[in-house]
Amino acid sequence: MRSLSDERSLAGEPDERNEPGERNEPGGQSRLSQAFARARADGRAVLVGYLPAGFPSVAGAVTAMRALVEAGVDVVEVGLPYSDPTMDGPVIQAASDAALRRGVTTADVLRTVEAVAATGVPALVMTYWNPVERYGAAAFARDLAAAGGAGAITPDLPPEEAGPWLAATADTGLDPVFLVAPSSTDARLARVAAVSRGFIYAASLMGVTGARERVGAQAAELARRVRAVTDTPVAVGLGVSTPEQTAEVAGFADGVIVGSALVRALLDAERAGADPEEAAVALRGVVAGLAAGVRRSGPSVPRG
Amino acid sequence: MTSAVTPTAGPTDADAVPVGPLPDSAGHFGRFGGRFVPEALFAALDQLTDAYAAARADPGFAAELGGLLATYAGRPTALTDAARLTAHVGGARILLKREDLAHTGSHKINNVLGQCLLTRRMGKTRVIAETGAGQHGVATATACALLGLECVVYMGEEDTSRQALNVARMRLLGAEVVAVASGSRTLKDAINEAMRDWVATVDTTHYCIGSVMGPHPFPMLVRDFQRIIGVETRAQVLERVGGLPDAVVACVGGGSNAMGIFHPFIGDPSVRLIGAEAGGDGLATGRHAAAIAGGAPGVLHGMRTFLLQDADGQTQVSHSISAGLDYPGIGPEHAWLHETGRATYGVVDDRAAMDALRLVARLEGILVAIESAHAFAAAFGVARDLGPDAVVVVNCSGRGDKDVDTAAKWFDLL
Ligand SMILES: Cc1ncc(COP(=O)(O)O)c(C=O)c1O
Repeated sequence: MRSLSDERSLAGEPDERNEPGERNEPGGQSRLSQAFARARADGRAVLVGYLPAGFPSVAGAVTAMRALVEAGVDVVEVGLPYSDPTMDGPVIQAASDAALRRGVTTADVLRTVEAVAATGVPALVMTYWNPVERYGAAAFARDLAAAGGAGAITPDLPPEEAGPWLAATADTGLDPVFLVAPSSTDARLARVAAVSRGFIYAASLMGVTGARERVGAQAAELARRVRAVTDTPVAVGLGVSTPEQTAEVAGFADGVIVGSALVRALLDAERAGADPEEAAVALRGVVAGLAAGVRRSGPSVPRG
Repeated sequence: MTSAVTPTAGPTDADAVPVGPLPDSAGHFGRFGGRFVPEALFAALDQLTDAYAAARADPGFAAELGGLLATYAGRPTALTDAARLTAHVGGARILLKREDLAHTGSHKINNVLGQCLLTRRMGKTRVIAETGAGQHGVATATACALLGLECVVYMGEEDTSRQALNVARMRLLGAEVVAVASGSRTLKDAINEAMRDWVATVDTTHYCIGSVMGPHPFPMLVRDFQRIIGVETRAQVLERVGGLPDAVVACVGGGSNAMGIFHPFIGDPSVRLIGAEAGGDGLATGRHAAAIAGGAPGVLHGMRTFLLQDADGQTQVSHSISAGLDYPGIGPEHAWLHETGRATYGVVDDRAAMDALRLVARLEGILVAIESAHAFAAAFGVARDLGPDAVVVVNCSGRGDKDVDTAAKWFDLL
């Protein structure tokens, strides 16, 4: 059920708050770094919003991602749906399974990135490693950069195995983002910090994606430990789904990553028979609360 | 980070053959293997690597495992001369390594006893496992009952119905069986679900992987625990025929029974090592589980290996009448043995496997697992090629009681 042909661009009208079409320039400050710097100057945390490409359709996902931007998300995480998402809970699994059943391809994901990047907000791919390896690390980096992508989060690619990806992204200006977890030793934190650019993704808890009643108590401690080894911003994700939680996380991290709560809104909209525009209205409502959350509680833990 | 373990002999073999330095300290077999897992699991994989290294250095561990293998699992298993089968096939002398006679009915118990003892050494109290045919799940449930560990087994929904008998066995043994309804509802999805559980419970839980697959150190660990099959076989064949076999044949799902029997022969260039992948409806139909013959290198379940995947790197669903071989990947050391040419991998389709199953039942009075039947079908060709002066060992990895339903339908027996 692909509603767009390969030829047709998904790019829409640029968002005038931002600078459309801006690319990461090798050597300069990356788009992600700028987003974090801007938020810090505003005394708030960055809000990163995740949605999978291709759900409810390729075009529907672009509409939804634009809604995220309109409602105040600072960075869009574009998920590449994968057959074996071992880090994802049932909500994200359901949406990415549906996207795959409906035929989403890696090329569609890149076109989605292009459409989101055209809003001027950094678009970051979140992908398990095999689709990139299959595409070819160098080719993927080249095409992602050409689409205006800001970088990629690769949750099952540890620094030990990341040589080809680091080489592929080195001259593209793309930020490779790696993860840390509460179980990471200090030595591993340093190892991840040495290769992660843009920001470091701190998993708030030991577990998979999905809403939780409370933010893992380990999250603040992990953010503190990351900050002890690097100046790279730290964004906390997994289980963050409410305005209260984004406010709480904004109190100890540079960024807050929300996924399942947004995907849930899209799944609910589809179940209720809503069209993409109606789904976008619902999403904007959810994001508005989350965006207020990251502004309610400025970073109370000063950096440095 | 991790301490490098130099794999040599399995924990219970005194006179083992020295083997190569694989994997390296990061778990690589050439370009295969490695650790492609979420950061959250690194600490647990390091802990396991260290616990295993400490166990290998501790004679008490070898003694405890050896004791269980001998007095509980029924090792050594027999080496049977398949005289009527040999005569019927009309080629090499066929010997059967009888893992079907091990407790719980397959080789899976060798690995599980080792890993459950390690679980205890790590101070963990809960074990999770994935299972396809149910044999690894039954073995895990068994070892957990024996050692007083909590046990949860993840099994694809499709497999819980085609292997219903084993679901009941696991429950009788006190395990919780979780039917996995995500993805393709088979073994690969059961592994995904077990990994999701493990990330959240790793402080108290050990993930007892059932084959020579997954992130380092599992391919090494499971190989070493299964190596006892080959160590015994080598000694038994030397004694029985006064020399080494000319070929060793085994079926390959993830590849643990094959790696277990191959490994002690890797340093013997005269011994051909032959793996049988599941051909399902036939390689040409695309409905098969032959990762080497029909796949390409990629990353799945924490390892780089040969995989069935589409042009976008999405895992393709495998097909085989044998639930235990119905997996789109293969252990990374097999990928390495294939790439280096040390082992050869062939494809056996459903029909050839089922014909072999019936033939072995009628000529030898052994009802083998459908998985193992793939090895037999491959061995017939090898035996004919090598001729009557040669000796071929078939790893009879399991018994076929669990498959009676499937066989009855296939042959229209009821
Ligand atoms: C009897 C038997 N043989 C073989 C296998 C395949 O596993 P592996 O390739 O790891 O030996 C299974 C798996 O369930 C099995 O039950």
